[in-house]
Parts: sequence; structure tokens; C-alpha cells
Amino acid sequence: MSDKKIRVVHYINQFYAGIGGEEKADVPPSEQEGVVGPGLALKTALGNEAEVVATVICGDSYFNENLEEASKTVVEMIKKHNPDVVVAGPAFNAGRYGVACGAVAKAVLDQLGIPVVSGMFPENPGVDMYRKYAYIVETGNSAASMRQAIPQIAKLVIKLGKGEPMGTAAEEGYMERGVRKNIFVEKRGSMRAVEMLVAKLNDQPFITEYPMPSFDRVQPGKAIADVSKAKIALVTSGGIVPKGNPDRIESSSASKFGKYDIAGVSDLTADTYETAHGGYDPTYANTDADRVLPVDVLREMEAEGKIGELHRYYYATVGNGTSVANAAKFAKEIAAQLVADGVDAVILTST
Amino acid sequence: MRLELGNIFIKDVQFGAETKVENGVLYVNKEELIAHLQDERLATIDVDLARPGESTRIVPVKDAIEPRVKVEGPGGVFPGFVGKVDTVGSGRTHVLKGACVLTTGKVVGFQEGIVDMSGPGAEYTPFSQTYNVVIIANPVEGLERHAHEAALRLAGLKAAAYLGEAGRNVTPDEVITYDCPPLQEALKQYPDLPKVAYVYMLQSQGLLHDTYLYGVDAKQILPTFIYPTEVMDGAIVSGNCVSACDKNTTYHHLNSPIIHDMLARHGKDFNFIGVVVTNENVTLADKERSSNFTAKLVEWLGVDGAIISEEGFGNPDADLIMNCTKLEKKGIKTVCVTDEYAGRDGASQSLADSSPLANAVVTAGNANEIIILPPMEKIIGDASADVVDVIAGGFSGSLRPDGSIMAEIQIITGATNELGFNKMSARML
Repeated sequence: MSDKKIRVVHYINQFYAGIGGEEKADVPPSEQEGVVGPGLALKTALGNEAEVVATVICGDSYFNENLEEASKTVVEMIKKHNPDVVVAGPAFNAGRYGVACGAVAKAVLDQLGIPVVSGMFPENPGVDMYRKYAYIVETGNSAASMRQAIPQIAKLVIKLGKGEPMGTAAEEGYMERGVRKNIFVEKRGSMRAVEMLVAKLNDQPFITEYPMPSFDRVQPGKAIADVSKAKIALVTSGGIVPKGNPDRIESSSASKFGKYDIAGVSDLTADTYETAHGGYDPTYANTDADRVLPVDVLREMEAEGKIGELHRYYYATVGNGTSVANAAKFAKEIAAQLVADGVDAVILTST
Repeated sequence: MRLELGNIFIKDVQFGAETKVENGVLYVNKEELIAHLQDERLATIDVDLARPGESTRIVPVKDAIEPRVKVEGPGGVFPGFVGKVDTVGSGRTHVLKGACVLTTGKVVGFQEGIVDMSGPGAEYTPFSQTYNVVIIANPVEGLERHAHEAALRLAGLKAAAYLGEAGRNVTPDEVITYDCPPLQEALKQYPDLPKVAYVYMLQSQGLLHDTYLYGVDAKQILPTFIYPTEVMDGAIVSGNCVSACDKNTTYHHLNSPIIHDMLARHGKDFNFIGVVVTNENVTLADKERSSNFTAKLVEWLGVDGAIISEEGFGNPDADLIMNCTKLEKKGIKTVCVTDEYAGRDGASQSLADSSPLANAVVTAGNANEIIILPPMEKIIGDASADVVDVIAGGFSGSLRPDGSIMAEIQIITGATNELGFNKMSARML
């Protein structure tokens, strides 16, 4: 990397590209070699270590009204130039521009794995929507603060381009992303714990390495008045899947859930179902998956009229090491489908 | 209780006609070792060697054990398994420092790990720095998983004890003495210093998530008191197939870092009174009972502060928070040691439970962070997709066509050890 310049692609809107103001906000994505508009100041600030190889331009209205297609095109244009770092904006307090910069950052990070630096006024809606996808330097509310913002952006670009470890928001001058990042430190964990305990015992200041979050508490739902008329669904984090795990749900840190048709199934057998869960001895679940997902008992209750009916589909994922964010996302999608299917109650089984 | 640990520094490992330690080299008689490990539950047993810096990947690794031998004093190493159930922790023990036994073979419970002897993965595991004697054992057909786990666990312990014997009559390179007096005497020491204890949580969720204390499954214990030196003789043994990154292997227990670092500051910054071992059972009643007993014992020790270490994640987060809050409510200041599951992007909530009273936390890092492990020239065990894609931390496609692996660091043995064995932490960006 020492003799090779860091490659930067710059994303800006139609206004900063000199195409026009609001009346030109509907221009579709385009690209140019080298710098355009504020790219010139960025180029100066980057000096010899990095080079702005291309600029991608899109009208703010066009981007926000054609989010999916515009972001796809912009990512393709960026990818072509093989950048090490992408700069979006700075957008200052321009709301739609900020949101576009944030969406570009998300798409670039998710699809290309390339880090993105931007600059925004803290109240720009793009900050809260996309802060976790980009290092967003805090700017003033107008382009008058361009001169302060650009050197700060350039500093982060060089740091990221060289692959140097990124410091905290306070150390580096970006707005906190809310992202946990591993770091190797000087002392082993046990020694850090001992030193923290000594500080705490002596009422001296110490910094916890993990500030505890405050939790959501979910209110229990209302009781079902008449279970014999209720449509009941099964949802499990115990990993019960049709034999062979057709959706390849991961044994830990699941990134997906499965939806499986159990119409006509009255018993889960060793030949037909198994668990994908990696967090427990699967022998008992694989021998008889009803132990985790009690289809057999519910079919009996259905036949006896004790419940109205068992819903045709069950949903399964693996709860082992799965992030709360993923679990919450699965729950939202599953719940929407269950409500749409007229399910009255759900039995959630875990392991 | 007073224990002398005699460390014999091992600088290489080789196969040889006789198992012995000479000039810092551990020679292993392969046939004799294999014969020593015969077990009707194991169909095949083989032994291989792996040294730091080699282009070698060992997978799936179940346990790591340091070779030790009891030279003086009651009992033998790994009481309840290899040694009889004598109370250990006094006298003299020799350690082959720098040597390690690793057990591998057919995957037991999806939660064995990877040890790379070089490359980026090597930075995350302590076992890339040790001279490893790898036991590759496969079960007889039809053996149930719990029996497979027990057989492999015992093979590792027996191998470590067998190799440790080679150090019995070797003069150690250093001898460290640990003196841990009984409670009444301990309380009188250093009257001007605050008193502290260690709450040592052992994985006991069951179904291949087990730890043993003097041979007893930790699920079945009530929290109890042990001397710090007892763990140095193998009173605590891992029977885990929990995620590789944050299971405490038997090696970690033998070298339990919080115990060692508390002993190092004993008499300087505080008076280290003792260790309370507790479990992490899955039912709420068990959790309540164990955390109540833990808080009661720590209070009974009369200490001002305690370090609490967790093993595993998710369900045991609840035990950690219960232990912490119950101690804090008794006015005992706590520091918790844990790791995080903050998602691959690091943006999710890290623990399954939380309390504002847990205001002093040391983290061993985010286990979900992605790493790419380059291909290695030599594989010990099985690095096919059948293993790599299914063990915890892997996913469909983890094993890539060129033999490299893209996976969460969860897949690396000891990567986010919650005894604070490593130098990794995490912070908020």
C-alpha cells in the first residue's frame, strides 16, 4: 500500500455537481472521471496519499423516488472504479441529500464491503437513519462549513484506506455509529478486570468496556377467551426443519428463518424432521422432533376439539447465538404473516 | 493450602522412541501413547503434532489440556477422572509449560473449534502458541453423542497426564509458590486492604454443555468454595461442546487467568480471600437457587468486592446478571467478565440480559465478527464443509473453493475467552 495511492470514489448530488438546483433534482445517476465540485477541495486535502478516481452524481429527488434502482446503479458505477474508500457528500443539513448519502453508504458497505465517509449536520435525518453504515463527520448546517468538514473527512479516508484501526467517535471526530468493534489491547482481560475492581473498590473512576443497554419489556397479550375455537401456530427457535435443512439455516447466528407446510402431518419422525440447532445435543430432537415442536400433541388436541385448528405453516429458526437485531427482524416478518393468516395464538418453543 | 508449580519450558515437540523431556524438547512415543488411550468406545486413535508458525489447521478441536504431573502432595492431576478423588492443590506439581494436548476427530456437537498455527486466525487462539500433541479419535459406530463426548474428554485428560509424567523428574526452569491460607487466617491478613473474592461460573447447561468439579457434573452442585490452587491441579475439567470461542477448555481452567492475576495483586491492592464456583443451569429455579447461594457464600466470606466470570453466552447471561445484581444489592462491588454477540455488523445488542447495576464490565470481544482464514498446507482432523459449515460460527459457504474459510471468530477455539485469557476487547465506534 505504501507506494500505491488510496483510491476514492466521491458521491455528490446534482447541486454540488453544478447541474442545477431543485429544478434539476430529477437527474438520474451519472459518473465522471476525477473530481467534480467539492471533490477539488477533497483532492487537495487528501494530498499525495489518496486520489479521487471518479465522481458519481445523482439528483436528490431521483435517488429518493427510485431508491432501489438508483442505489443499484450508483453501486455498480462505484464498483467499476475499484475504490478503497467511498466519500458521500458532505450533505450538511440537506435532508434528501443526507438520506441519499446514507443509503449509498449502506449499499456500498453491504454489497461491496467498502468503508464510507460522509459529513452531515447532526440533525440531518440521514444521520439517524444510516449512522451505523458510515463514518459521518459532524458539520455545520450549511456549505459554509465545507472548509472545516473536508480535512476531517480526508483524515478518516486516509486512515480507512491504510487499514489502520479506527478510534472511537470522540477520538476521531465522527458521530458515534453504535457499532461494536473488536480491538486488541495491551493487557489481557483478567488483568483489566482486576484493575477495574481495584478502581471500583477505591471509588476511583473507571470505564466499563460494555455499557449495559436498557431493555424493551414486552407486555403479555390478552388471554384467549375460547381456545377450542382458536387457530394456533407453532413458532420455534429450536431449529426444527424438514430433514436435510432445505433453507440451510445456520447452526448458530442464524441469518434466516424457515416457513414449512405441515398440512397432513400429524407426527414428526426421525425420517422427516431434524434440528439445525448447534447449541444442544441434537440426539433427542432428531429422534423425535415433536419434543421441540409439538405437532403430534396439537394434532390430537385438534382432533379432540380442544383447539380450533393448528395453523398450516410453522416457522423455525435457530436461537443459538443469533443476534437480537436478527431475531427482532424475523419476529416482525413472522408476526405480520401470522396476523394476515388469521392466527389467534402462537406457541413459541425454545431449547 | 500451599502449592509449588514447577514450570518446565517446552520449546519443541517431536516423536521419539521414548516419551521424555530433554533440553526443553518433549519427545513422544506415539505407539505407547496410543496404547495408553485405548477405550472400547473409540474405534480409531491417532496422534499428530503441530507447532507454532506451521501452516497447519486443526479442526474440529474439542478440548485443550496442559500436561501436568503431581510430584508431591496428596492426589493426582484431574481428580475424579485420572487421579482419585483426593483434595488436590497442595504440594508440588510440574507443568510442561508450552506444551498442550488438543483433542479432535469426528464432530461431537457442532461446537468444536478451529486452531490455526499461523496466519490471521492464529492471533485469536492461545493454542497457536503452544507445541501441540493432537489426539485424533473417532467413535465406534452407533456410539451416542454423550458417550462420544465422555470418551474424547477422558482421552485428552489421560494423554495430558501421560505426557506430564515425562516431567516428573525434570528440574523445572522456574518454581512459583502459591500460598492460600484457610479462611480464618486469610481474613486476618492485610487488615488495611479491601477483601475480594472470585465468582467462577461453570458452564452447566447440559446436553454436551457440561463442566466437572472433582468428577461431579457441575449441574449437580450447589455453589461451593475452593482454594485457588485446586484448579491448578485439574479440579475443574471441561466437558463442553459449547461454542469454541468462549468455552473454557481444561487448559484455561488449569491456568485460570483471573485467579492468577488476583493472586499477583494479593497483598498489594487487596486481600484475595477465595473462589466460589457456581453453575449455569437452564431452569429459572436453578438459576435463582445458585445465584442466591453464590451471593450468600460471597457475603459469608466477608469481602468488599468480587470478579464474576461467565462461560458461554445467551442463557448464562441471565446467571451472570443475577449473580452481579444480588452481590451489588448486598453492597459487594462487582466486575463482570463476558463476551458479546453483537451481530456480524456489531450493531445488535450484545447480551441477552442486562442490569444498570452491572456498571463494571470487561468484554472479551464480539464473537460474531467475521474473519477470513486462509488455506493451510496441512489439516489435522477434518476441514471439509461437513464440519466447517456446520460448527458454531460457520455458515453455508464458510468453506470456500480455495480452502479458505469465512466465518465468525466464534469458530476459533478460545477467541473470546471469558476468563480474560486474551488481549482482545471491543468498543463502540
